[in-house]
Amino acid sequence: MTGWLFLAPLLLVNLLVIVGPSIATVYYSLTDWTGTGSAKFIGLSNYRRAFDDPDLRQAVVHNVIWFVLFLTIPTIVGLLAAHLLSSIRRFQMFFRTVFFIPYITASVINAFIWTSLLNPTNGIGVALSHIGIPFFKNTSFFGQPNLALPSVNFVVDWHWWGFLAVIYLAAMQNVDPALYDAAKVDGAGKWQLFRHITMPGIYPTLVFMFLMTIIWSLKVFDYVYIITRGGPGGASQVISTLMYDDIFSKFEAGYAAAIGLSMSFVVAIVLAGYFYLRKRGSEL
Amino acid sequence: MTALTRQGLTSRRREPLPIGRYAILTLLALSVLWPLLTLVFNSLKTNAAIGASPLTPPTHPAFSNFADAWRQGNFSVTMRNSVIIGVGTVVGVCVISGLAAYALSQLKLPAGGAAITYLFMGSALPVQLFLVPLFYLWTRLHLTDSLFGLMVIFWATDSPFATLLLRSFLLKIPKDFREAARLDGASELQILRRVVLPLAWPGFLTVALISALWSWNEFFFAITFIHEPNLRPISTSFLAFQDQFSTNWGLTSAAALFMIAPILILFLALQRRFVNGLTSGGLK
Repeated sequence: MTGWLFLAPLLLVNLLVIVGPSIATVYYSLTDWTGTGSAKFIGLSNYRRAFDDPDLRQAVVHNVIWFVLFLTIPTIVGLLAAHLLSSIRRFQMFFRTVFFIPYITASVINAFIWTSLLNPTNGIGVALSHIGIPFFKNTSFFGQPNLALPSVNFVVDWHWWGFLAVIYLAAMQNVDPALYDAAKVDGAGKWQLFRHITMPGIYPTLVFMFLMTIIWSLKVFDYVYIITRGGPGGASQVISTLMYDDIFSKFEAGYAAAIGLSMSFVVAIVLAGYFYLRKRGSEL
Repeated sequence: MTALTRQGLTSRRREPLPIGRYAILTLLALSVLWPLLTLVFNSLKTNAAIGASPLTPPTHPAFSNFADAWRQGNFSVTMRNSVIIGVGTVVGVCVISGLAAYALSQLKLPAGGAAITYLFMGSALPVQLFLVPLFYLWTRLHLTDSLFGLMVIFWATDSPFATLLLRSFLLKIPKDFREAARLDGASELQILRRVVLPLAWPGFLTVALISALWSWNEFFFAITFIHEPNLRPISTSFLAFQDQFSTNWGLTSAAALFMIAPILILFLALQRRFVNGLTSGGLK
């Protein structure tokens, strides 16, 4: 019994902030609630509406594009960096520290750094035009509909790959060195070593990161909201920024609750997949 | 001769000159450091100087941006707010998760495994699941526009991760230590204070650093729950400042350095702890 007493503060604060409101979300998603006052029960209307909502459909597509970019770019750079780091001795700590800095830097700051570097009046484009490369001179990376989403994603990738590099480096250092020696004796080349020893060795970490990337891509909010507010004209709108607008600009809290609950359902499926793999004996 | 060549080749393949690797790693490090450096450069330039040459070091460094930004951005107030929120968050998270981690690692707890699974899932759940009712609840409890209200949210969102991290530290403490204290008639709380805490302080330091980092950088809850300018933490006050002075890159760069400097100093001083803590199954 004492044990649960020790857990009580954690459970209480969790109940108040997370569990209680989460349960309330289930109810509100079935109402026409505006965010204040009383709510009328309207059954599954919000969910039906979500299915036909072209804005939401567009946002979902953007989240999928986000996922593809966020999965590939930081992983490739992170794996490359981790692989190189694992094969050097001197300055390994230095590089690890540098690569990690963007990850511990606030989203508002990283966003600001890149809005200033990529702004059309005095950013990289202008600097390049000074040295004779005029192509990006008037490009507004965050202001053009076709560039906004990938540009915001680029900022997130930039702040993220170093974190992945450190994670993958730790995983690579746990791979049994005897495996490499054995493969070298068999005449394996560098790529073969990476492909057939390193990759299988860090496979559990890769799978875990893959699953988490699905969740993170679904939840993305900060950078999009800070840099473009989902604009221009919805060109970088993702589910969570759309939902934020529904709550605080359009006062459609009931509809937003339905979107939030649907999102959480996808997260729950991913987590279930994680626990299923773990139960089957993967060392995730 | 053939033997010599072959030996030379093998030894070179085993110990290749890693200049290429260092070159790539240096390029990657520059891709991180150079944008951060332009922030420092710009903070020392006037807008005219930035427009003339955006990415180069200042020719006539001007420090007036710092004084101007400090005054106009009200950063003495918002930084103090962030420090208050940070200290409150750190203390709360350490107490809440310290108690919980102790129960989950040292005491026999019925259904303890379920609690651990819940903690793991709880830290992966999207905020969108509970945002709408939480905002309503906080409004009713007069916890919006309140530093304390924000702190309580951070207690709830940071504690699951902190508990799991602390638990992994506490599991390393030998059971005999506790048994001996118990035989001497110490209560569970006394054992926690006298035996466990002195041995587990590196874990607490890590948890403290990470929750301080998160609360300092946090954006989403801050922008949602605090609208009163004098109660803003530094993250949202920086964004407001940036919106207000969006065309004055020198001034806003100086403001950005206010926010990034404390974190960077802390990180460089204690980076091993930061990195180990944040990569130990960091789910956020």
